[in-house]
Parts: sequence; C-alpha cells; structure tokens
Amino acid sequence: MTARNLITGAQNTWCPGCGNFVIQFALKNTITALGNEGVDSDRIVLVSGIGCHAKMADYLNVNSFYSIHGRTLPVATAIKMANPELVVIVCAGDGDCYAEGLDHLVFAAKRNSDITLLVHNNRVYGLTTGQYTPTSPLGFRGRSTPSGTVEEPFNPLAIMLASGATFVARGCTRRMDLLQRTIMEGIRHPGFAFIDVLQVCASYYNLSDYYDSRVYEISDHDERDFEAACRKAREWDYNADAPIGLGTIYRAKRPTLEERLSAIRGTETDRDTTIRNVLEKRT
Amino acid sequence: MEESSILIGGKAGDGINSAGMVVAHLFNRMGYRVYMYFDYPSLIKGGHNFAIVRAAREEIGAHRSQVDFILALNQDTVDFHGGMVHSSTVVLYDRSKVRAEGIGIDLPQILKEEEAPPVMGNSCIIGAFAKAAGIEWKVLEEVFARQVPKALSLNLKVARRGYETASECCRIGTLGSSPVPVISGNEAIGLGLIHGGLDAYVAYPMTPTSNILHFMAEVAETHDLLVFHPENEIAVIMMALGLGYAGKKAAVGTSGGGFCLMTEGFSLSGMSEVPVVVVLGQRAGPSTGMPTYTAQSDLHFALHAGQGEFPRLVVAPGDAEQAYTWSDLALRLSWKYQVPGVILCDKTLCEGFYSFSRLDAVIPRIDLPTKASPGPGYSRYLFSENGVSPLLFPPSPGTVIKVNGYTHDQAGITTENSEIAALMSEKRQKKGAALASEVSSLNPVVVGGDTGSDMALICWGSPIGVCREVAGSMGLRVVQPVVLSPFPKLVLQDALQGTERQIVVEENAEGQLAMLLARHGIRPHSHIRRYDGRPFAVEELEARIREALA
Repeated sequence: MTARNLITGAQNTWCPGCGNFVIQFALKNTITALGNEGVDSDRIVLVSGIGCHAKMADYLNVNSFYSIHGRTLPVATAIKMANPELVVIVCAGDGDCYAEGLDHLVFAAKRNSDITLLVHNNRVYGLTTGQYTPTSPLGFRGRSTPSGTVEEPFNPLAIMLASGATFVARGCTRRMDLLQRTIMEGIRHPGFAFIDVLQVCASYYNLSDYYDSRVYEISDHDERDFEAACRKAREWDYNADAPIGLGTIYRAKRPTLEERLSAIRGTETDRDTTIRNVLEKRT
Repeated sequence: MEESSILIGGKAGDGINSAGMVVAHLFNRMGYRVYMYFDYPSLIKGGHNFAIVRAAREEIGAHRSQVDFILALNQDTVDFHGGMVHSSTVVLYDRSKVRAEGIGIDLPQILKEEEAPPVMGNSCIIGAFAKAAGIEWKVLEEVFARQVPKALSLNLKVARRGYETASECCRIGTLGSSPVPVISGNEAIGLGLIHGGLDAYVAYPMTPTSNILHFMAEVAETHDLLVFHPENEIAVIMMALGLGYAGKKAAVGTSGGGFCLMTEGFSLSGMSEVPVVVVLGQRAGPSTGMPTYTAQSDLHFALHAGQGEFPRLVVAPGDAEQAYTWSDLALRLSWKYQVPGVILCDKTLCEGFYSFSRLDAVIPRIDLPTKASPGPGYSRYLFSENGVSPLLFPPSPGTVIKVNGYTHDQAGITTENSEIAALMSEKRQKKGAALASEVSSLNPVVVGGDTGSDMALICWGSPIGVCREVAGSMGLRVVQPVVLSPFPKLVLQDALQGTERQIVVEENAEGQLAMLLARHGIRPHSHIRRYDGRPFAVEELEARIREALA
C-alpha cells in the first residue's frame, strides 16, 4: 500500500508532557517499520479501553475498536480468532486492565492468543482526575485516598508469569528507543505478548525523575529461564525502592489459541446439510 | 385413544430426561405429535426429576394436569403426583423401591440377571410401559436403535425383560403420520441461528440456555462454526462484538444473571453499531431465584437493558417452530440494521421438546445490504436515509475502519460536538424506525384459536402452547405479539380488532406485557398471572379463564 499518514486529524487532548505521546510515536514507528517488512497497515487493528491511553484509537490512523473500560482483551482475542491474518495491538490502562478487567488479563495469558498488549501504566487514574490504581505505591495520596492508600500494589509482571504468559516485558516512556524495540519484539512474538509500560502522568503522578534514576536495560539475562524471569520480575515490587529493569524478561514457545482452534474446527460449510443431519438424528 | 400423557419420574442421575425422550419417540414413530415438559431441581444427583410426555394427533405445546401412565423409579413419583391420577391411570413402578398399586417390576433383579448397570432401569420400565400400552415390540426396537446411543443390545435386552414382565392394559393405536424431528426449544434456536448465517456462538454456562452451548459445540465438531466458552458473561458479549467487528455473525446465550453482566456490552453494541444477538433464557428470579424453573419476568429488563437510548430488536418465540424462524430473523435483522437483538425465551421453551416441522420456505428472506467499496473515503458511520451505514470489515484495502463506544463522528472518531451528537442520535433513531417498518411486514403478531371470537387471550413466549390449545377448546381468539421491540402496535391493534374482552396471560407477577400494552394504549380487561416457576397445564389455564370470565 502507499504510505499512509498514520496520525488522524483528531485534535490531540493529552496534557503537555504526557507519556502517551511517547507510546504513540513508538507505535507509529513500529507500524511504519512493519509496513516496510510487508505487514500492510490495513491488517493492523488497534483495540483500546477507556482512559487517557484509549485516545490512541482516535489519534492513530489504523483500524480500531474503541471499547469500554477494562474490556479490551476479549474484544482483541475475538478479532484475532475471527481473522488470524490481522495484527491485533491492544492499548489498555492500568486502571483499565489491572482493576476493572483483571480477569480478562489473566485469561489472555492463559489462552496465549497471538495479540500484543501495551499497558499504559501511569499508576494513577488520569481521566477521572487522580485516584490510586492497582500499581500505585502504598500510602499513595489520591482523591479517593486523601490519607494515603492502605494496600500494597501488585506486581503485574509476576501475575503474568503466574498466569502462563509467553512474553513478558517492561518498557518506560522515559526510554522510547528501547520501548519501540520491545513493542516490535512483542508483535513478532507468536502468542500473547504482555508489555507493562511505565508511563509518566504529567498532571497527577509525574515520576520522570524517579524513573530516570532507577531504570536500566536488562542484559545478561536468560529470558527463556522461567525462574530467572521470576527473580527479575520481583527485583522491583512497584512499591519499595529498587532498580527497575526494562526489556524482555520472559519468552516461551507454546501453540497459540488460534492454532489450537483451527486444529479442531469442523469443515462442513453447507448450512442446510448440517441442519438436515441434526434433524435426521432427532427423528 | 388419540391422546396420551405419560409421567416418568426418578431421582437426578436416573436418566429421566432421556427416558422421557425415548417415550416421546415411541409416540413419534406411531405418528403422534409430542411435547415434553421436563421438571428438575438444581442438583446433580438425588432429588426428584420428572418428565411429562404428551402425545396427540395435532401439534401441541403444553401438558395436561392428568396423566394416563406413571412410570415411577422412585417413591416421590407416586407420592408427589397423586393429584395427576385419574380412574384409569396405570402406574408402573420399581417394586424394589416403590410402594404403589399397578404393575410392579423388580428392576434390580432384572438388571442383576442381565448384568446391566443401574441407569438401565429406565430402559426396563420403558419396555414394561410399551407392553402395558399395547405398543408393538418392533416400534420400541426401532426407537431404541435410533435414540439409545450406547450399549444398544444390552438396553434392548433389559427393555425386553420389562416388556415380558408387564401385561397389556390398553392398546395405543398407530396414526398415519410419518415421524418428524423432536427437538428442544434450545436446539430450535441453535438451528435457526445457523440457518440465519451464524458464524460464532459464545457463551458461559447458565440454565436454561447451557444446552445451546452444548448443542453448538457438538455441531461445531463437524460444521465450520466457532464456539467459545470464555471466563464470564462480560467476556462473552465483548468477544461477540470483536467477532462482529471482524465480520463474523455472532450470538451469545445466557439467563438474567448473565445478561446483567452483559448490559454494558449490550449498550456498546447499540452505540458502536456492531450487531450481536443475545439469547436470553428467562428463569424464576430475582437473583439466583429458582434456576431450573420458568418465568417471564425479564421482559422489561430486555426492553430497557443498557444505558442510553438505542434501537434494539426483541423477539419472543413461543414454540420450536417460532424459535427456529425468529432466531433466523433476529440474526438477519440485527445485521441488516446493525443493532443488538434479543431472543427472549424461557425455561419452558428452552428445555421443552416439541415435534418440529421445518418451514424454511415460509421464513421471509432478509437480505443484507451490499458492502461498501473500500478506500480512504470510507466512513464507518456514514449518514444515510434510513440511518444504516455500509459495512466493511478489516482488512480492507486502503481502508481505516473505526468503531467507537464514545459519541463519534461519521469516521468513528470521538466527538463532543453538539450538532454531531444530535445527528448521531437521530441516525440511531432512523435505524429504529426502519427496523420497525420492516418488522411490521414480517407477521410480528400471531393470531390463532377462533379468530372470529370477540374474546381474546393475549400472551407472549412459551405460554402460546397452552393458550392456543385452550383458545381452541373454549372458542377464544389468541393473539401473540412475537416481536416486542420495536413494538408492532398497529399490527397488534389489527389483530385485536373486534374483540370486546381481552385477557392477558403471562408468567410473572407484575404483568409485564400488560404494562407494555398499556404504554401503547391497549388496556386489557383481565389478567392471569403465574409466578411459581411452573408453566400452566391445559386444565389449569381453562379454570383460570373461567374464573376471569365469571
């Protein structure tokens, strides 16, 4: 296809300094790179939830399903099941994917549908103006918790490893080149690719300096080693101070949901024959 | 005898449902039309299950309050159903467990001698029933060969022992008609959806529609149909919408509790204009209620589910043939107008079995509009005269296809512009009007009974079976709106033309159809309501109508 302007004419309403711009550029560059490799942009489908992240569906000029809060993954899984030729990329938020729709996240990992999930994890609800999320640190003072939260965050990477995800990675909007490489790896991974993207919220939780002084690119790590991956995932618990590794921490090979489904799919396509056969048995 | 009713009862695990089916097929083979009601509590083993099989010359969709034969595999069958016995009712029973008068058979002894497992007790008692009813052995042999999937020869041996033990009490005659398929309402819905073009069925198990999921999964072993059972009902409807976006016609099945979880996705279907068909099998609520018992108390839920305003199709078929026809139509209409659709059924229809005549030829053909031509100019929500925008599915060359649950412009991009918001609302309203106009040409109201009578029974859903029969015997007109949204007001008014007295029959406490009728200016005089989880028997409804008319 001819190169398409990958940005729509929709007015961008993210706050100045928002980490979403970085994710948008990384995605745009990735889609362009895929195009150069022969993956037509017509085959890309973006699924988003509800939250600041989700405006990606309005801003990127690709096929999109702007879904509802927490419900990206069942939509994305079904689109991939309907047509495995499509390249399905999911943008979800941390409130979206770790709170409202956590059940679907665990099941997406369990199923190994060949889709790529980017969680725009800014560790705060932005669009609803500053409440804590499942990954806000203990004591986070938000508008629903003025005296500080009374629960520890959970570690999404550990949840994904426990749920059977075959690709687990972390990115950060403060390191765009690495993020872009990680997204490309995720899309190329045949199976469910999970990428937790630490994202700066310029208005409600600006952790730019915090991340700048702690993130590092993971190296000398065997991403095929599950135990090593678990250790790497636990290095930082999203709460206490620790170095924050970025990049792919786990990768495994397992048949995808779509491969398994196609192996058991019936072949009769004549509806009348099927109906007649059923009725014959019941006569 | 041109009509017979047989009650077979035992504990869960005795295979009462399949025994009922075999009895139904004995009559089917002899040229009768059959109906089976299956009553069971929500447990896996134990409890008391029973099936009432009724056979008649004409098509029927209701049971009677008395039965001619009782087949008792447990004492409860005799104790609980004493009121259904008449002067010549024959009781066949397992002598080892049940105290009764009639034909006692020592099932454990026979099973032991034949080295057969306990579950074959029902084959033995069916054999005894066949003899008592004067049914020829070869009929039973034929039916077993077709309907007993496992260990046929042992089942036949055991049945033969029952046949030889019993004595003939009467002789049920053979009618001339050939056998027809006997299917459940659930199967009729499944087949109708397949006929209508279904590509995928997604569901989480919930009585009374779980058997659609099982049926579809069985069909999908040979037919090219995607059947998927995900983590919960929210995932179910969201998957259906994902499939719809990618061009696959999907339906989902659930009951009230599951539909509660689906309502946000249902509203998304309304806004995003991605079609989905929901099979909503009602059961006795509120909350968990009585999961295996029937009700018609979710009509207003189906009419109003989901935030905001959007057109929807709600159809309520009442028997297997209507279920087949209207499931086909619901899927096609839902896709033609890009709206969510509900097939509103209930436990009585879903899990009841009916003689089924396939009437494909009379199903109106709903043609889907031609697809849009792909290209950069494509707009998923293009304004049009009837509000319906041309569809395309990804991947389409050079085309960006955006669907959106936010208020959006024609390209599918979020907007809060007041003018566009109003135009998009009007677009949805136009689709509703276009749907309403098409529905009115599809016989959305069924009229039966004595169509000249000035007294009418008005009902919806599964009670049409009992209402049709009672209307016939009492000389009443029966009027059944099958489509409940968009409400076919003019067609219904026409159907009621010339009636001076109207009685609404429904299985809920608040009169949900009556309320809907009142909203459209139709105010019937009398109301018959039942809300104990059980469907009306013919005589019960007759008595209630006499009471209402007195």
